[in-house]
Amino acid sequence: MTERYPQGHKYDMPDARGHFGPYGGIFVAETLMPAITELNEAYQRYMQDPEFIAELDADLRDYVGRPSPLYLAERWSRELGGAQIYLKREDLNHTGAHKVNNTVGQALLAKRMGKTRIIAETGAGQHGVATATVAARLGLECVVYMGAVDVARQALNVYRMKLLGATVVPVESGSKTLKDALNEALRDWVTNIDNTFYIIGTVAGPHPYPAMVRDFQAVIGREAKQQCIAQAGRLPDALVACVGGGSNAIGLFYPFIDDKSVKMIGVEAAGDGVETGRHSAPLCAGRPGVLHGNRTYLMADDDGEIIETHSISAGLDYPGVGPEHAWLKDTGRAQYVNITDDEALAGFHALTRMEGIIPALESSHALAYAMKLAPTMRKDQIIIINLSGRGDKDMHTIMQREGISL
Amino acid sequence: MSRLANKFADLKASGRKALIPFITAGDPYPEFTVPLLHEMVAAGADVIELGVPFSDPMADGPVIQRASERALSHHTGLRKVLSMAMEFRKTDQDTPLVLMGYLNPIEIMGYEDFANAAQRADVDGVLTVDLPPEESEACVSLLRERGIDQIFLLAPNTNAERIQKMDAVGSGYLYYVSLKGVTGAGHLDTADVEQKLQLIRQNTALPVGVGFGVKDADTAKTIAAIADGVVVGSALISKIEANLDDPQQARHEIITLLKSMREAMDV
Ligand SMILES: Cc1ncc(COP(=O)(O)O)c(C=O)c1O
Repeated sequence: MTERYPQGHKYDMPDARGHFGPYGGIFVAETLMPAITELNEAYQRYMQDPEFIAELDADLRDYVGRPSPLYLAERWSRELGGAQIYLKREDLNHTGAHKVNNTVGQALLAKRMGKTRIIAETGAGQHGVATATVAARLGLECVVYMGAVDVARQALNVYRMKLLGATVVPVESGSKTLKDALNEALRDWVTNIDNTFYIIGTVAGPHPYPAMVRDFQAVIGREAKQQCIAQAGRLPDALVACVGGGSNAIGLFYPFIDDKSVKMIGVEAAGDGVETGRHSAPLCAGRPGVLHGNRTYLMADDDGEIIETHSISAGLDYPGVGPEHAWLKDTGRAQYVNITDDEALAGFHALTRMEGIIPALESSHALAYAMKLAPTMRKDQIIIINLSGRGDKDMHTIMQREGISL
Repeated sequence: MSRLANKFADLKASGRKALIPFITAGDPYPEFTVPLLHEMVAAGADVIELGVPFSDPMADGPVIQRASERALSHHTGLRKVLSMAMEFRKTDQDTPLVLMGYLNPIEIMGYEDFANAAQRADVDGVLTVDLPPEESEACVSLLRERGIDQIFLLAPNTNAERIQKMDAVGSGYLYYVSLKGVTGAGHLDTADVEQKLQLIRQNTALPVGVGFGVKDADTAKTIAAIADGVVVGSALISKIEANLDDPQQARHEIITLLKSMREAMDV
């Protein structure tokens, strides 16, 4: 892995068993242990295999369309009257979000491991689409689990997955959202462990997923760092990214962790407001616990039952968060803030009207926080926002919310 | 010796096998549970696995998922389950009771508080589905100090090295999950189970219970011939689900099924 990371990188989390301090680890049913060990061995091996890395890099360039631009939002920055805002344009990737960086990588691993069947969970449907896409390309069977509530609010992405040849299974249990889709995908994996590769879409799950998904997404931060130095002549002052499970955020943050002058800010979904209890902000308002294979901050009640989450954005509607974010929060290296549904919508409209870019509702949380942050900074300072996806999939949700019909 | 070790030693001495019913605490409503536990003992249960409802039962099939949802609709969480265990123990000092569930409720309560509460309730064992031996030391040592056994699951794809790990940290018994899948799924293959039990026996002297796929007296009998204990869960809970409008009928059907298993196992 050495050539993929900057020389002299001091931060070396996680440890061999996947711990980020007290967080992370492997907390799964016994049937999954052999599969997880097999996956970990493959991941450790191929991430140091020059041939694998060359194939991954070629796919990222020719299929995903990388590098994605780092775009200076000049008009919007001027309007806000503070820091210069750059957007890392993950919305321009093939399939419209950062999710594909990870699915391309995991699919290559699946192929190397001889697995013939791919499963995935999805919330907004972006990860499901990105998984169905790579499965189509490799000719692998693909089953995507999606909460029934999300199937309804992300109908366009459901149709895209079906076009791509995937089977979409609506999950009717629990809160019928992302966490329940993850439960169902885990149940499938236990049952079909021999031929099935589970492509998790964020930096959650048991080790090695949080580290592996981070490593595949870290291309975002590596590019952003080079581009910022090339275009602005220096490092940014702040990085801002939305946090659902935390993959786009860690992808941007990770290569900057040792650059102590760079502030890292993760934006969680406050839904109706953290004080109402109707939100999806475990880092801001949750507590440590164990869910879906790792120890991290969760939204749980006093009995340890998981609390239902709320967010206008399906991709942020998750009660947990990647364990590395839990660690970065506790150590103070990153800060975590939250943005309500209404604020996110204001961010959505601002970027659309000021820059002609329609962002995903998830990314709009990061935009909305940057709208508060930028005016407090000097004009010679720089913010990089991870524009994790484009907003086409959200038209229906926004029209409904704003009472518009065509 | 722990109540579990005693029980398995007694059974062995009399040439019998343990009948181990699993039910979800608080399903379909809280008052249903403790009387049912006593009746199950009267029907021939040797050890009871009492399921702690969890909002996200990742290793369970639809039957136990829905049982958890019914129980949680009346807020039966870990603390309530501990009080049920305590109530059961008031009139039964003999039957080992094992709490089975997921780690998060224990994490949120705190390992030490949980261990103390489990001791106060005179619980005999704890089986935590998503706590593999590698992560278990902190919790297991607190339980062990209080004489409570930690029971581990073995799967069809568990190798000898891992069986030895479970043997080292686990006590009471080991629970062999007879198929790759979730609870309530498919049919078990006796020949496969028999072969796997050989490997397990080579690597542990702990008693081995077998579950997942035990549905009726016939499967109970087949498994009893090769294992130390027979675990039955979804088949019992299905009776609750089939009789939601008539809990007495559910109770009756559960007891009838258990009795038939007991008889088949003892001949
Ligand atoms: C565009 C976009 N951004 C962000 C997310 C949130 O995921 P993560 O926090 O893993 O980046 C999603 C998830 O669906 C998404 O589609």
